[in-house]
Amino acid sequence: MSQPDYEPNVVLSTTEFDVVGTRPIRHDGADKVTGRALYGADFTMAGLIHGAILRSPHAHARIKSIDTSKAEALAGVKAVVTAQDLADPGDQTVDLGEGVTRLAYILANVLARDKVLYKGHAIAGVAATSLHVAEEAAQLIEVDYELLSPVLTAPAAMEADAPLLHENMKGKELGEEADRPSNVADHFRHSLGDIDKGFAEADLVVEREYNTASVHQGYIEPHNATVLWNNDGRVLIWCSTQGSFVVRDTTACILGIPQSQVKVTPMEIGGGFGGKIPVYLEPVAALLSKKTGKPVKILMSRQDVFESSGPTPGSHMKVKMGVTNDGKITAAQAYLAYEAGAYPGAMVVPGAMCVFAAYDIENVVVDGYDVVVNKPSTAAYRAPGATNAAFATETVVDEIIEKLGIDPLEFRLKNAAKEGTRRADGPKYPRIGCVEVLEAMKNHPHYKAPIEGPNRGRGVSIGFWFNVGMQSSCNISVNANGTVNLVEGSTDIGGTRAAVAMQAAEVLGLAAEDVQPTVVDTDSVGYTAVTGGSRVAFATGLAAYEAAQDVKRQMIERAARIWEADAENIEFRKGVFHHNNGSSDQMTFSELAEQLGSTGGPVIGRAAVNPPGVGGSFAGVITDVEVDPETGKVTILRFTSVQDAGKAIHPSYVEGQMQGGSVQGIGWALNEEYFMSDDGVMENSSWLDYRMPTSLDLPMIDTVIVEVPNPGHPFGARGVGEASIIPPPAALANAIYRAAGVRMNRLPMNPGAVMQAVWDEQDN
Amino acid sequence: MKWFNYTRPKTLQEAVGLMAEHGERARPLAGGTDLLVQMRVDRRQPDWVIDVKDVPELNELRLDAQSGLTLGAAVPCYAIYENTEVTRIYPALNDVASLIGGTQIQGRASIGGNLCNAAPSADAIPALIAMGVQCRIAGSSGDRQVAVEDFCTAPGQNVLQPRELLVSLHFPPPAANSGAHYLRFIPRNEMDIAVAGVGVSVVLENGNFQSAKIALASVAPTPLFVNEAGEALAGQAVTAENIQKAAQIAKDAARPITDMRGTIAYRKHLCEVLTRRALNVAIERARHSVQEES
Amino acid sequence: MPAKSHVQTTINGESIEFLCEPRQSLLECLRDIVGLTGSKEGCNDGNCGACTVVLDGRIVPSCLVLGVEAEGQQITTIEAVAAGSHLHPIQQAFLEDAALQCGICTPGFIVAAKALLDKESNPSEERIRLWLANNLCRCTGYDKIIRAVRHAATKMQQEQT
Repeated sequence: MSQPDYEPNVVLSTTEFDVVGTRPIRHDGADKVTGRALYGADFTMAGLIHGAILRSPHAHARIKSIDTSKAEALAGVKAVVTAQDLADPGDQTVDLGEGVTRLAYILANVLARDKVLYKGHAIAGVAATSLHVAEEAAQLIEVDYELLSPVLTAPAAMEADAPLLHENMKGKELGEEADRPSNVADHFRHSLGDIDKGFAEADLVVEREYNTASVHQGYIEPHNATVLWNNDGRVLIWCSTQGSFVVRDTTACILGIPQSQVKVTPMEIGGGFGGKIPVYLEPVAALLSKKTGKPVKILMSRQDVFESSGPTPGSHMKVKMGVTNDGKITAAQAYLAYEAGAYPGAMVVPGAMCVFAAYDIENVVVDGYDVVVNKPSTAAYRAPGATNAAFATETVVDEIIEKLGIDPLEFRLKNAAKEGTRRADGPKYPRIGCVEVLEAMKNHPHYKAPIEGPNRGRGVSIGFWFNVGMQSSCNISVNANGTVNLVEGSTDIGGTRAAVAMQAAEVLGLAAEDVQPTVVDTDSVGYTAVTGGSRVAFATGLAAYEAAQDVKRQMIERAARIWEADAENIEFRKGVFHHNNGSSDQMTFSELAEQLGSTGGPVIGRAAVNPPGVGGSFAGVITDVEVDPETGKVTILRFTSVQDAGKAIHPSYVEGQMQGGSVQGIGWALNEEYFMSDDGVMENSSWLDYRMPTSLDLPMIDTVIVEVPNPGHPFGARGVGEASIIPPPAALANAIYRAAGVRMNRLPMNPGAVMQAVWDEQDN
Repeated sequence: MKWFNYTRPKTLQEAVGLMAEHGERARPLAGGTDLLVQMRVDRRQPDWVIDVKDVPELNELRLDAQSGLTLGAAVPCYAIYENTEVTRIYPALNDVASLIGGTQIQGRASIGGNLCNAAPSADAIPALIAMGVQCRIAGSSGDRQVAVEDFCTAPGQNVLQPRELLVSLHFPPPAANSGAHYLRFIPRNEMDIAVAGVGVSVVLENGNFQSAKIALASVAPTPLFVNEAGEALAGQAVTAENIQKAAQIAKDAARPITDMRGTIAYRKHLCEVLTRRALNVAIERARHSVQEES
Repeated sequence: MPAKSHVQTTINGESIEFLCEPRQSLLECLRDIVGLTGSKEGCNDGNCGACTVVLDGRIVPSCLVLGVEAEGQQITTIEAVAAGSHLHPIQQAFLEDAALQCGICTPGFIVAAKALLDKESNPSEERIRLWLANNLCRCTGYDKIIRAVRHAATKMQQEQT
């Protein structure tokens, strides 16, 4: 590989520990390199039958009737289910961990009741002796549709005479119920200071309009679920999910049974990035299992994943920013209209939180619109909403910088958010690392290196993700040989078992490999929220830390019993218990562990947390590109990702998050999009045409881990899973401008779009 | 996928017999990288899948100084690019064999399959047209030959009658001082469908083009042989100006549609750019072939 | 429904017989009939490489091979890359270099990378990127995978000398 003239992938470490900050081999690694790890689709059991889903070919239609008789008559078919097999939820609302929503929306997305709202919308489920028979049977179901006009973009859906997806939906207008139904589920506003005064103080005001296409998380493993509605009434689920408890609670809610009657066993998960939080297949498989008495497995195809799971919103945005001639931002205003897809819940709320989050600005207004359109119901995607917003903000900032003739990083440093800065949506920042990330970018050899040659340019950008805490549980059992078993509920998508176990190891003075972590089912551990919001290493890690502290307390009591001493006089340092009474009494952790049976029985530490001390994370990108002036194709020559990890628990996997997020951001920026026909069909629903980056499309992704410790975590950790996806589109747009002289205001910036922009520029 | 019957004939006669017996209900299977995908989305629903990979004539890869190259219709791409003699003599065939799909796809996909699939975007076809390739087609009433440029009739459609089978492709020996190249434009660098593609061949003589052939991918319902672009170069000096003229003719001849892969204007523009770039590579190859022989 | 086909083949050095429908892919047969679930389905159309196996000496997407085509062939899957309890140097390098996150693409990458290193002892970064372009990874951005393959190549060369 090309050897740079400096050390790549540095960690700017500020604090040192014994285990935290090292790079042990992950506990689940051997199974994953040998093909032994069991993912959802790998699960099987005696008597298993297969399910398939009939999906709508239309983007917007009323279901007049469904005739399942031909499907039921096909040899090998065991059962067919539709929305009629679910109770009508009426106006009931539920909170399943992501805010209050109408149960009817969740149900209708699982099986359409009276309308289909996107191409691919599930209508019926079939179970049969083989997958091929189930698929054939699904095609035999006859649905009579009344076709309706689809609306596919936020601006179209917001027009006064737009066809309505939900005829009775009166959205919220600045907190009040709107006076008539529309496709706008919510319009909210955040403001700070006096926006008019702020713009009046500006010497320069730049305002631009942006559009970004829907994109998919693109996890390699399709959704899957196997469900057995057992003869004792319990519903047993094996699936790939980011949140086994969300699956449990949502399925119980949809089926109208108590949570205790549902047990979810999370299998290994082949990527999620936010897209494996919603529930699609489990309730359908459960209904089919109830009808047949057999375990039913349903797998999505790749086309199903594109058309029927949740992509992240396309958006229509305007950003306006005012600055003084010496480079101080005086005012900023944003209009963010995000496409929710079929049901309310576009990621515009977090988008609005993050749109100006990197800057300390006195006068701000942000308007957010959650708009339903005839596309799949959107889901979270790594820092959901923030990437769209940062693309707008950071390209406006770049234009300002160019006009003022200021260095891009100096401008950002001058206006950087700091501890005490108030964001327009309310919170005041605790200790954050925006300045440190910008300084690290400025000091990086990449930023100092000259960029030479025609059609080349460099761009920078920065992004913020607030991260979340939420509930996590953890149990630790001490084995007689001094090793421990750790039980947690956070499904491990990217090496979090190791990061969680390492925090317990640090407390107990053990090596990482002496803590054996297992992700268990919902019967076997306390409630644990989704693997999302960059929370696992932080919150489940904190639970492991607290559970280890609980172990430590109990072990000290045992030592006290053996030494007939006061527990206060016993100290635990580096894996050894010391009796502070002037004697030389000491015992290693394993020596004491051996005696647990004779001193009162097993020691089990446990912790349940809902930590408040969440540390947000800033990420920055420096990138160099070359644009082919004859084709518009962008080649990335060099790419550096810088991020504040607070404290990198396992630096290799922090780098992995930064590199993976960066490349998803690159894909979003350059080629990925839902290419929709006018009648609402996604025309590129395969990986051949959706164009995620391949290995041949990328350079090495260099990383710099900045560590500004989070005071809310014992080792200073901040969530690191998301922020890295935010800056790449804007950084690339800014680099493209330097290379080709065109300001891109639309994602993706694919070769045709760049070429068109060059032609438009030449025509002007 | 619908149920079908699978059979694997051992001789050409047996294969042709099966095609004759099942007619429109049969589909030959070589690498399967197009057919199986199409069957899975019900775009093709044969009752009989006739696996031709055991038929010797469809697996032939034979070089002959007089008659040129015989390439069996089922020979996978890797067998082409791993044959150093074939790649030396037919670098444009190497171009397409090594860019269809990726490594794994190239372990299965064949040039013959790419041709029979008759996609407007097929990468192999413009190169085959530029190289003057003839198709050998077998049917129950005997063999016939068809020039590649006459093979495709519409998107996904070709001249094969229901009871016929493509057996092999025949590449004439390259003329002295000749060079060929296939160049496509894709947004990614691999695993992608051409937004536009150009296959060219040139024969040089005393600093002039003796002859040239230019064919385009992805800009018409079938791969497009732009005879007039090549003819415009015949007898002309090898200059940037003349190359640009041919590129302009190719651009004018292209009649693409606007779809998810690009607009009409962009694709026509790419035809010009790619024709120019492809000609320059082919000219270099022709000059290199001169040096090689001297 | 017509009778199933009988297939006699060699998988990971063992002679195996199974019955399948002609429409079942080799991937389905390996996973659902033979019980080798290490090969993964990501797309079922040859674009992701998660189902990569070695068939008759070449890496192929097993989703684009029919089970019946395996008759008389030699097939090697991820399950046979490690030599008994000893991980292959590529597997070891993937662990040491953190070249996997969710791990679903990992079997396909390892089978493909091994095929490359079996042919070429010291491939360049560019060569590795080209060879592996038929394998999609959404978690890593490929950086650590490329490093791991280079690392494994170095280790394998050292082991040979």
